[in-house]
Order: sequence, then structure tokens, then C-alpha cells
Amino acid sequence: MAENLATHWRLRAQRYQLVGSVCSKCAAKYFPPRQVCPKCRGTEFEPLRFSGNGELYSFTTLRSAPAGFESYTPYSVGMVKLDEGPLVEAMLTDVNEDELAIGMRMEMVTRKIREEDGERGLLIYGYKFRPAQSRAP
Amino acid sequence: MREHWDKSLRELAVEATLAALQDAHVQDVDAIYVGNMLSGELTRQEHLGALIADQLGLGGIAAIKVEAACGAGGAAIHAAHLAVASGQYRRVAVVGVEKMTDLWNGSVTAGLAMASDGEYEAANGISFVGLNAMMMRRYMYEYDLVEEDFAPFALNAHANAVNNPNAMYRKAVTIEQFTQAKKVADPISLFDASPVCDGAAALILSRSEYLNGNGARAIQIVASAVATDTLALHDRQDPLWLRAVELSSIKAYAQAAVTPQNIDLFELHDAFSIVGPMSLEAAGFAPRGAGTYLARDGGISVHGKLPISTMGGLKARGHPIGASGVYQVVEAVQQLRGEARKNQVPDARYAMTQSLGGVAATAVTHILKGK
Repeated sequence: MAENLATHWRLRAQRYQLVGSVCSKCAAKYFPPRQVCPKCRGTEFEPLRFSGNGELYSFTTLRSAPAGFESYTPYSVGMVKLDEGPLVEAMLTDVNEDELAIGMRMEMVTRKIREEDGERGLLIYGYKFRPAQSRAP
Repeated sequence: MREHWDKSLRELAVEATLAALQDAHVQDVDAIYVGNMLSGELTRQEHLGALIADQLGLGGIAAIKVEAACGAGGAAIHAAHLAVASGQYRRVAVVGVEKMTDLWNGSVTAGLAMASDGEYEAANGISFVGLNAMMMRRYMYEYDLVEEDFAPFALNAHANAVNNPNAMYRKAVTIEQFTQAKKVADPISLFDASPVCDGAAALILSRSEYLNGNGARAIQIVASAVATDTLALHDRQDPLWLRAVELSSIKAYAQAAVTPQNIDLFELHDAFSIVGPMSLEAAGFAPRGAGTYLARDGGISVHGKLPISTMGGLKARGHPIGASGVYQVVEAVQQLRGEARKNQVPDARYAMTQSLGGVAATAVTHILKGK
């Protein structure tokens, strides 16, 4: 089902730049950004752009996919523990599934997430993660 | 529970509710609570409260749908229990129903992914089985386990389903079949995942003074507790601890004035093998990381220390999403009435059921007490 452009447009800072938020009261860092801090119930936040570097917390390879993603199977997805703290879930790219291992260094890249069908279908871009090309910090 | 190609959502729901009314020897109820997740998405039908009341010939009474993803059935029972306990209604029906086989698989997978965070999990192509697979892989890594350590959960569920006429898979599974099964999302194989299917189950809840002399077979609900956790797995401080399971279990034990040691059987939400040990830990039946140990040597069988999935569980009885939580309570009632035949848990007095939504972002725990 084709979605409205606004659905994707309003998430552009998160999808393209990994912008989350930091609580002004208790300094807890969040990705995705939040409206209420679960730690201190604060409601004031500053935006925070995450580095996109982290470690692979877990991963799997999907053999069957939700509607809209079938043509990409099999594809790997993972949870990456960012150096700043939060976990992010994303597709993994530029890697064979048998090379994946918990603990490996990962970095964010911007890639096409999926293509909607049809003449008016959107091309949706966002973050994926790949094994770090540069040495760990 | 199976692929009911010949029956629609309304037919499944009406059939189950009529059977429950007959079992309870009553003609009518003051309200109906419907547990369902995906009727809009998969059958293009919402507004199930009015639909089912109308189709039952009870048009005019109160009727609403309750949704809490895969925990919808448990949540509907909770809402119904509060309504009866408050004195607002004398007697109500709860029906859990899900019709999943009218659309092809990708649409069902996308529908189920709505139980997770739509903007940050499903939007990245991460299916519900994918989330459970990542949890299982990390759990195996942390506690130094292999896939076979989870086999007793699937084998137990299938062995128990053999004797359940309502079960989808009435076939025992061997350890060889388990280890050779195709991976769906590594490390989750076909035998680690519950099946997509159609089904409905129903209960009648009544205040004791309105049992109409039919109290002999009635089973008491002594606890009904709901708790929540972060919707997204990535937002958890500790993704290997099911906090909602812990919180709802603690609340339920307090309401029923029992401890885990008093529970004679536990119908847990075994949508995936990994949920079994993690639920046993968070609900206080096993130390952290030791949930799979409890399943060794028949510990979770009908005659074991803590019987689970006694009629096949979600794994083998089937997991028609909104119906599963109601099925669990129907099966607990069978056990406490002593009507579970070959699967009867000896001297069962307290039964606990747990219906989970998403990756246990909602946990609904009920404790029932027999005579």
C-alpha cells in the first residue's frame, strides 16, 4: 500500500542523519528521539546527531519478508549498540551473512531501504549498517 | 484451529460464542468483549463488537473490540473481568478471534509487524520473527546455549497437541526433525515458530450470584493483571529481560495471594521457542538464563515439575492471534475441571495463563483457581 510522502518526510532527520535527542534535565540520550524522558519524565530535549558507530548486538537473516520487502530476501538485519549508548535496529549491508558476528564494529551508511511498486511508488532511503571500514575508536 | 478456508471471521466467532453459552447453560449476556488484532488489515472488517453481537442475535447489548497485538485475547478477558468485578455487568462473553488465511503470507507478516514499532522496526523490513530471532541469538550468546537447548519446548508442545482435538498440529515431533528443520530467520527454525492460522475461542464470565445454579463447573478467576514495556525492542535497557512479564506476574501473584510454587500449570505465550525460557525466568519460575534448564528431562511435561503448553500451546495448538489468549484460559478451565483427559495435570488447583503482545510489550496474566 503506497503511503503519503509526509510519512517519510517528517522522519528525514532520523533516517538520513541519525538525529535523536538528549534530555535537557538528566542528559539521557535517545535514538529515536522522545517527547517524554522515561528516566526523569522531563519534556525538554536538544537534538543530538549520533556518530553512527557501534557494535553488533545481535542479527538474523530473513528468509521470508513482510509485504514490500519480499524482493530483497534473503536479507540480514541487526541491532547495533551505538557508542553513545542507544540500540538501533536496521538492515545490514555490504557483508555476507556468514561474516556477521556479535561484537563486530559497525558503521552507518545511507542506502535505499525499499522501492514502492507502481508509477507513483516512492523510493525510500534511510540508514543501514555495515562492518566498519575504518579502525575502531 | 487450522486453515478454515470455508469459514469467515464472523462464523468462527459466532460458533465459539454459542459453544461457550451452551457450556455455561445461559442464553444471554450483558456485554461482549472481542479480542482481535488484525481484522481490519486481513479481512477488511473492523467494528467487531457490533458485528458479533448482531450475528449472535444479541444486537442491543454492549459490545467492544479490545486490541493489544498478539495479547488481544488476554486483554479482552482483563477488560471483561474488570466489568464484571465492578458490578456494572452481571455476566459477559469474551470471544477471541483471528482470521489469517484470507491473504497471502507477505501481507500477514507485514500485519504482524504492526505489533512492533512501525517507524523504526517494521519500516526497516524487520519482521516479528526477525525480532525474536535477534533476541534468541543474543540469549544463546550470553548464556552459552545451542539451538537444541530449546527443542524441549517444541517437542513438549507437539506431544501435548496430539491429544487436543482443537489443535492444528496433532503430530509428535522428534529431536531429529527439530534439528533438521529449515531456518526461517536464523537461529529460529520452522519448529521454533508458531503457525499462522484461523481460530476462535470464547468464555462466559459471571459474578458468582448470577451462576443460576450452574456453579459446580464454574472456575474462579483469582487474578487478572496487565503490564507494559517499551514497544520497540531497541528501546529496552535490557533486551533479554521481559519486564512486562515480570510486572504482570508479580501483580497477579499478589492478587491471588500465591507464589510461583503454588502454580500447577502455566499456559505461557510460546509464539517462538525463545519466549518460553524468557517467560519462565521473568515470571519467577527459573533463575535468569536458566529457563531452558527447567525444560530438561520432562520438567515441563504434563507430569513434570511445571507443566506448560498442556494442550499444545501457541506452537502446536496454533496461534490465531486474538484467539490465543482466550484459548489459554479455556484450556486452563479444562485442566481445573479435570476434563483434560490424557493431558490432565494431576491435582491441578492453580493455573496461570499469560498472553503477550508484541515482544512482550504487553503482558496479560491470569490466575485461575479450581475447587
